[in-house]
Amino acid sequence: MTATPGTALWFARHEARLAWRDWLSMITAGRRERLRRVAAAIVVFAVFLHFVAYWMVGPYADAAPDTPTLVAITTSILLSWLLMISQAMESMTRAFYSRSDLDLILASPVSADRLFAVRIATVALAVAAMALPLAAPFINVLVVRGGAHWLGAYALIVAMGAAATALAVGFTVALFRLIGPKRTRLVAQVIAAVIGAAFVIGLQVAAILSYGTFSRNTMLQSQAVLAHAPGLDSLAWWPARAAMGDPIALTGVVAASLALLAVAIVAVAPRFGDYAVAAAGVGAATVRQTRQVAFRPTSPRRTLRRKEWTLLRRDPWLVSQTFMQMLYLIPPAVLLWRSFDDGNGAYNLLVPVLVMAAGQLAGGLAWLAISGEDAPDLVATAPVPKSFILRAKIEAVLGAIALVFAPLLIVLAIVSPWHALVAAAGILIATTAATAIQLWFRSQAKRSQFRRRQVSSRIATFTEAFSSIGWAATAAVAAVSLVLAVAPALIALGVVVGAWCMSPRTANA
Amino acid sequence: MKHVTLPPPLALEISGLSKRFDRPAVDSLDLAVRAGEFYALLGPNGAGKTTTLRMIAGLLRPDAGSIAVAGIDALADPVAAKQIMAWISDEPMIYDKLTPSEYLEFVAGLWGIAPKSAQARADELLAWLDLKPHAHERCEGFSKGMRQKVALAGALVHDPQVIILDEPLTGLDAGSARQVKTVLRQRVNAGGTIIMTTHILEVAERMADRIGVIAHGKLIAEGTLEELRRQAGNGLGDAASTGATLEDTFLALVAEQAQAA
Repeated sequence: MTATPGTALWFARHEARLAWRDWLSMITAGRRERLRRVAAAIVVFAVFLHFVAYWMVGPYADAAPDTPTLVAITTSILLSWLLMISQAMESMTRAFYSRSDLDLILASPVSADRLFAVRIATVALAVAAMALPLAAPFINVLVVRGGAHWLGAYALIVAMGAAATALAVGFTVALFRLIGPKRTRLVAQVIAAVIGAAFVIGLQVAAILSYGTFSRNTMLQSQAVLAHAPGLDSLAWWPARAAMGDPIALTGVVAASLALLAVAIVAVAPRFGDYAVAAAGVGAATVRQTRQVAFRPTSPRRTLRRKEWTLLRRDPWLVSQTFMQMLYLIPPAVLLWRSFDDGNGAYNLLVPVLVMAAGQLAGGLAWLAISGEDAPDLVATAPVPKSFILRAKIEAVLGAIALVFAPLLIVLAIVSPWHALVAAAGILIATTAATAIQLWFRSQAKRSQFRRRQVSSRIATFTEAFSSIGWAATAAVAAVSLVLAVAPALIALGVVVGAWCMSPRTANA
Repeated sequence: MKHVTLPPPLALEISGLSKRFDRPAVDSLDLAVRAGEFYALLGPNGAGKTTTLRMIAGLLRPDAGSIAVAGIDALADPVAAKQIMAWISDEPMIYDKLTPSEYLEFVAGLWGIAPKSAQARADELLAWLDLKPHAHERCEGFSKGMRQKVALAGALVHDPQVIILDEPLTGLDAGSARQVKTVLRQRVNAGGTIIMTTHILEVAERMADRIGVIAHGKLIAEGTLEELRRQAGNGLGDAASTGATLEDTFLALVAEQAQAA
């Protein structure tokens, strides 16, 4: 069956084909022959997630819809929904600002409203589709152990995708009107980046301040919170009840979400073209550097380091993306401040958080310095050895890490020199490992493609994450016993060695 | 006493240069460019021009052959060769978040130029290329022409003996293209050597001292326009005697080579 050109169905097919090919290219890194291996890896990962889900939510499958259960489920839903809003905002900003096919569509005689309506609906579907694979193992476990009523959670995810997109559309358009197209892109992207993290961090900070623990559950299940929770018949619990399969709540939530999306589409689709045209008229703003210094005496190495730091400092979007992990340092910093005179318990918790954050930050910075070089030919044609360039870039990464973590380490050293020493060693090793992995998997890209770094090499992404986790675990154990830390250290080292063995540099050697 | 005229020194000498991807891109190429010469390298798409230039600039490692820049073996001592070279591609290699002035400071730092002389040279180049009013504005809002001029200033700030340009005029407006051509001509007049690829044959015809035509990775003809016409011979038909344009000559040479292949 062929759809008539220019109709919503025709546009939907066009969008579906583009989305499918884009997804396929992303998942296989542009190499179709990898599809089988990727599919096998997805199956293995799905099985692994089911085990994790069994361990995490299995005991709650038969839970009654009492206040503690509703609080726990509602918090999880709220967190997932915020992340979905974040993703939808990112997609909407891209839809407005990315030129790709907009010029063609706006210059054609077909009604662009239909395409934009389809495009907004596609964002909603994509947001739900991204959440489904992650939620599915948990829902499946609940269905198997608790009963078919948990299947309602699948419908809830679709509804959450629709509501998140509607909200993201409304928010982006409001930003457009309030601060203009020039600033909207950056502000929307920064908000999208921090929106989910802020919720988790807020809960953790509240938990630390109230109960002196990182655990959000301790606070959420506390008598104080439960006492102030709304009554069991409150509308606030409808999403949680919908997830548990209550037919009235499920119908209500799904209908309200779809209605919200429909309103957003009807309100925005006819003006989408105007917004896109306004966004297209936004050139990069002229920024004059007010501090104009004379050329400074320098060495090529220092020149390279200074360039990396300047470029990072001047790009608020990159700063928000790269340093997002730093938001997660707020809870440990609060814990450090709160436990200043307390015993070792709090410090033992701090050490792995610092090491983990350093590893993650180093991975992002190393990608920017090593792969995200906007003038690769210029640097490659400079009269300095390649190793020299790499060393300078690695120094730039280590320098930035030192700058971020030194204040926390100094404070920690005052209260517990041993923990500070372990944390410093862990940070150094995790940073070196993350940088080395980025070095082995380097591939030339624009800095603006920072977000795509995680899909350019899945091996690099996963090994970098597992390496950081491994070194964080090692540091956590080492803070208590050096002997016991040997085992996690060997595992972390194995991850790094594995990354080296699988790296393209080794394969080509 | 017998007077012996020494040939001018060679700025670039390539011998047996080869590079293969899935098929040979450059195939046993021999090329010599004299110091102070403006040399244009022409060829159809996929002929191997950019691959050749990238190997000269040290951006690609050849499979075989040798490259000497002003007598320096560029494969054995790439750092020394790079010190006297500059490379510009059709896509300007600049940083959006740096100003032209900062970009030139960065390039000067990489090439190890003393700050005082680098500053003076940068000011001179910025004025020369009409970039002075924008010297302290970040490059992110610049047009393609302005970006290419910033890249050109970067290539000249360390006063290179040999400048290699890959399609430097692509996408430039008439005014910017003329400025770039003027700067390049002045550079040659001052004793510098330019090696440039271009698809704008009129530019090669008007600016180059000698032209090389490359196809399937091999140099198929070389010389002044007059010499190329002679080499094209029968392929030009009657046009040979009536002063064929470079376009006629180039197309005839490429067609002959294609027939021979």
